Amino acid sequence: MRFWPVFMRNFLVWRKLAIPSLLGNIAEPLMWLAAFGYGLGSLVGEIQTPRGAVPYLNFVASGYICMSAMNAASFEALYSVFSRMSVQRTWDGILNAPILLEDIVMAEMLWAAFKAIFSVSAIFVVMALMGLLGQAHVLLAWGVLVLASVMFSAIALIFNALAKGYDFFTYYFTLFLTPMMFLSGVFFPREQLPHWLQGVAAWLPLSLVIEVFRPLFLGQWPQAASVALLAILAYTVMAYVLALHLTQRRFKSA
Amino acid sequence: MSGPTPVSSGAFAHQQQPAVTAYSGEREPLLQCERLVKSFGSLQVIKGVSFEIFPGECLGVIGPNGAGKTTTLKMLLGLLSPEEGHIRAFGGEMPRDALLIKSHLGVVSQFDTLDPDFTCVENLAVFGGYFGLPKALLKTRIPELLAFAALTTKSQDKPAALSGGMKRRLSLARALINNPQLLVLDEPTTGLDPQARHLMWERLQQLVQSGKSILLTTHFMDEAERLCDRLVVLDQGQIIAQGSPQALIAAHLEAHVVEAYGVEWQEADLAALQPHAERVEKSGETVFFYAHEVSGLLHALQAYPRVRILHRPANLEDLFLKLTGRQMREGS
Repeated sequence: MRFWPVFMRNFLVWRKLAIPSLLGNIAEPLMWLAAFGYGLGSLVGEIQTPRGAVPYLNFVASGYICMSAMNAASFEALYSVFSRMSVQRTWDGILNAPILLEDIVMAEMLWAAFKAIFSVSAIFVVMALMGLLGQAHVLLAWGVLVLASVMFSAIALIFNALAKGYDFFTYYFTLFLTPMMFLSGVFFPREQLPHWLQGVAAWLPLSLVIEVFRPLFLGQWPQAASVALLAILAYTVMAYVLALHLTQRRFKSA
Repeated sequence: MSGPTPVSSGAFAHQQQPAVTAYSGEREPLLQCERLVKSFGSLQVIKGVSFEIFPGECLGVIGPNGAGKTTTLKMLLGLLSPEEGHIRAFGGEMPRDALLIKSHLGVVSQFDTLDPDFTCVENLAVFGGYFGLPKALLKTRIPELLAFAALTTKSQDKPAALSGGMKRRLSLARALINNPQLLVLDEPTTGLDPQARHLMWERLQQLVQSGKSILLTTHFMDEAERLCDRLVVLDQGQIIAQGSPQALIAAHLEAHVVEAYGVEWQEADLAALQPHAERVEKSGETVFFYAHEVSGLLHALQAYPRVRILHRPANLEDLFLKLTGRQMREGS
């Protein structure tokens, strides 16, 4: 539990700014859902899922919340973690106490996940008020987002360990996260993709999350959930191990 | 995972251990480095460094830039692993027992690592949390440490509102949060104005008086001379001299230094003055005469009315320059 005081350090800083950030967390999904759900949804109408047709608003809302978890975890685990690691030298200070680098990496992973979970929980509340959660298996769906948040934090920490500056993260967003957003079925079913792309797209981290989350959100039971969940766990463990290794290498080289 | 070792209760100010002013070779060292070797790539930067620090002692590690001071310190703190050699302290070995050893250390690094989002009090409280110290203990210890650091009136301010000297003292207070036996200070007064330096020195002397040990690196020879019981001179990854400042000066230098400047010295002039000093060095327009006895030299210099003269006792800076050379190092 040596990671706990480091996690709490981040929590104490965030607590000072939590209320303003909460407003952003609520305002942004409202705008997205209004534009995509009501605007685009009125053109698209319904989307066919394996368990029947659903309104486009519900379809896109379920994808949007998974994407939000991904973005929130990635932002924190890239920009904020890099700032603590490299710019503010917070980590250097912590390492003078009886705490190891692996404790800090663990704390940062869980912290970035916590922030993402906080963010999606706020979106859940907004969606509940909009009446979008009527059928949903809310707790199970929320649990999937917890796993997703940890996974995306761990993946982002790999790139944090490799970064020389903030500019590097632009590549991560434009070359990895943005394509994934379009390939993982956030805005349209993956079945619309060219056949050759579907096989690859199915194993993208965000696809796996949506695969399990969307049916739960729509009040259905996901097919082959155990495969997707195992893959999410495997990605998380591999990403954490790699991120830790690269971070340790970074700290040993100077 | 095992938790951090809690530090015994009793705030620093109440724990006046018996004062130990001088080092005695008979006691067990607090920390011992044995034949440390470290390379980065193909470049060997530490080449067999051994030294130890005893309870109640202030040990200074001095050396030019790139001598290996920071690398040595990083190995002592478990941030880098030596390729060869051993670091033993508090019954453990670095880096294997890093958690045990770090629970007994207080560290002030060269660059401030204070949390900009926290007040002084919060900085200390959060740092105490890293050591697993109970809240009740921190509640009594933090005001004492802030008083010790002359920061009581700033306790609710964030680091951005503090001067350079205040930030350094806050870093020192933070390093004392676990009541450590050994303080490791990397250039503790670099960048401070004279008032802030003197206040820092005074506090460090108080800590040594109270029985704590200090290991410090510094570029300031007056600081090393004033604070350190013993010095280790590091150059190009090796220890080239060690001992008390007075003993080192006595062993390596003549008692007097006469600096003569203000004219363009001719070789013939220097040849004429040479017999009056044990050693003569020319650096730019200044000539340094090192001599045990200077009355003859001062008399001879009267033949040069335009020459300006500074006569002073030999100091640690002279020793440092003699051992490590006057030329600029790469990266200096």
